[in-house]
Amino acid sequence: MDLPPYATLGQKIWHYGFLVICGLIFFFLIAPIMVIIPLSFNAEDFFTFTPEMLAFDPEGYSLKHYRDFFTNPDWQQALWNSVKIAPAATFLSVTLGTLAAIGLSQDHVPFRRAIMAILISPMIVPLIISAAGMYFFYSRIGLQGTYLGVVLAHAALGIPFVIITVTATLVGFDRSLTRASASLGADPVTTFFKVQMPLILPGVISGGLFAFITSFDEVVVVLFVGSANQQTLPWQMFTGLREQISPTILAVATILVVISIALLTTVEILRRRSEKIRGMSPG
Amino acid sequence: MTASTDDAFVVFDRVQKSYDGETLVVKDLNLSIGKGEFLTMLGPSGSGKTTCLMMLAGFETATHGDILLDGQPINNIPPHKRGIGMVFQNYALFPHMTVAENLAFPLEVRNIGKSEREAKVRRALDMVQMGDFGGRRPAQLSGGQQQRIALARALVFEPELVLMDEPLGALDKQLREHMQFEITRLAHNLGITTVYVTHDQTEALTMSDRVAVFDDGRIQQLAPPDELYEQPKNSFVAQFIGENNTLMGTVKEINDGVALVELDDGELIDAKPVNVAEPGERTLVSIRPERVEISKDRLSPDAHLIHAEVLEFIYMGDIYRTRLRVAGNEDFVIKTRNAPDQPRLKPGEKLEIGWLPEDCRALDA
Repeated sequence: MDLPPYATLGQKIWHYGFLVICGLIFFFLIAPIMVIIPLSFNAEDFFTFTPEMLAFDPEGYSLKHYRDFFTNPDWQQALWNSVKIAPAATFLSVTLGTLAAIGLSQDHVPFRRAIMAILISPMIVPLIISAAGMYFFYSRIGLQGTYLGVVLAHAALGIPFVIITVTATLVGFDRSLTRASASLGADPVTTFFKVQMPLILPGVISGGLFAFITSFDEVVVVLFVGSANQQTLPWQMFTGLREQISPTILAVATILVVISIALLTTVEILRRRSEKIRGMSPG
Repeated sequence: MTASTDDAFVVFDRVQKSYDGETLVVKDLNLSIGKGEFLTMLGPSGSGKTTCLMMLAGFETATHGDILLDGQPINNIPPHKRGIGMVFQNYALFPHMTVAENLAFPLEVRNIGKSEREAKVRRALDMVQMGDFGGRRPAQLSGGQQQRIALARALVFEPELVLMDEPLGALDKQLREHMQFEITRLAHNLGITTVYVTHDQTEALTMSDRVAVFDDGRIQQLAPPDELYEQPKNSFVAQFIGENNTLMGTVKEINDGVALVELDDGELIDAKPVNVAEPGERTLVSIRPERVEISKDRLSPDAHLIHAEVLEFIYMGDIYRTRLRVAGNEDFVIKTRNAPDQPRLKPGEKLEIGWLPEDCRALDA
């Protein structure tokens, strides 16, 4: 990022101005999240920094909100519900989304763009509208308030991510590889699992992680489609905010942030790995 | 060499192909390929040659007609059950597998045991002189090495028929010439039938037993390389294969297999009538640059000579290339060997040139 020696005054001003703008953007994005983390160690039951905390007095900090999260049966039930729902929804999203992406990448499929738009629509339609629609639809067919209903609803929200990431991987996929596989005697199923799947796996996994995070963080749809038995972590946080303002929410939020960061790091590592394979591949 | 339909290994029987239901990309293709033959499909892009190869491989379906492999129609057999080896233009090696795994793949899907598999893989790698590269990934190999692996992979399961779709297109000239030799040697040693697609006429001439020249969805000529070069059957083949001088004229008379052609500027020349029949017909007269004679003593005394003026002389080392104006054509090229008795012509020089009637072919205009 060093300026070349021939930079004019204008270029210098722009260069530093640009750095300031970037810094502001990062601050704007990250500050609200970063504030939560120290507050979650608050020794008091408040959402504000106490004088002890500001003085970095160890007395001002405690793990009591984390303890509360791990011992309170409401939170534990919510965590358990989330852990039951998110992987199931992710599995459905990945399976269906990958198949859809592969199907939609074939030239001979009619109305590909229209089908793609419909499948992506949960990402574009305001969530509250999808949620309300699902509520009425699922009530009619007896899925409202069931575990399966919430899983299906979350799968529908996750599928667009999988379709988008897998489609992006398929753009770089060399169609002659599947032909080569067929010419070598492999039937279509073997070709899919031995040749196509390993090569698009990074896209499938990143799509799956996005789908997982979507389900794990989702509150609107689960409020509509779920019942008390499907109270997930975000739902519990939402009611917690409304009913008893407890910093336990901040502890949970911190845990969720850490999980998200871990998952996104995984995505990034996978992306680099796939780039390495593709960057070195012929053509 | 020409295989009859009875003992032919591959037969295209009145095959047509259309992608949109209206225009035919392949029009009425009839072709028999003998067992062990090396046949090249040569043609400009869009001539239908690759479509024919893809129909044989099973990646495209014929709109009409039958394709037979060893006497059996294969129209309804999916590609993975045809047992045809194929080398792709971009090699199509599996990037996530090592070289050895790539070669083992066709053996694995055929449920061949581990020890036999390893032996076959090793033999195939040795065959293309890549024995030490089994543990590498395709991305770690050069283009020529990848080409060898692709070839080994197409041969490792011992198919009787191998298809090659412009396999040398991405290699540099020297490597390409070397690989041409390697591929023909392997194909002949193993006795496999090879169908090779290319748009490079040198490749077609040097490698093939027979060449099928494609244009406009039809085979324009099917012949061994020498016949193709020396006796092109129509003006497309004459102009597509090798360098060629063309003169436009009208047939005056045809006697004893020699046509007297009046060129457009009134000069008279002798030519061999190929696909002209009647006096008065328009004709395109074709003659190879190396068959033009500039010294009269090599021609028969009653040969018709034609006036020419030197426009340009290019020294090319082994040959001289001289550009002439002949009968109004300013791109008439002759090639002479660089030998002590051959004159170096100078621009502006006037001379008379001629040729043996059989080297000069009167074709359709």
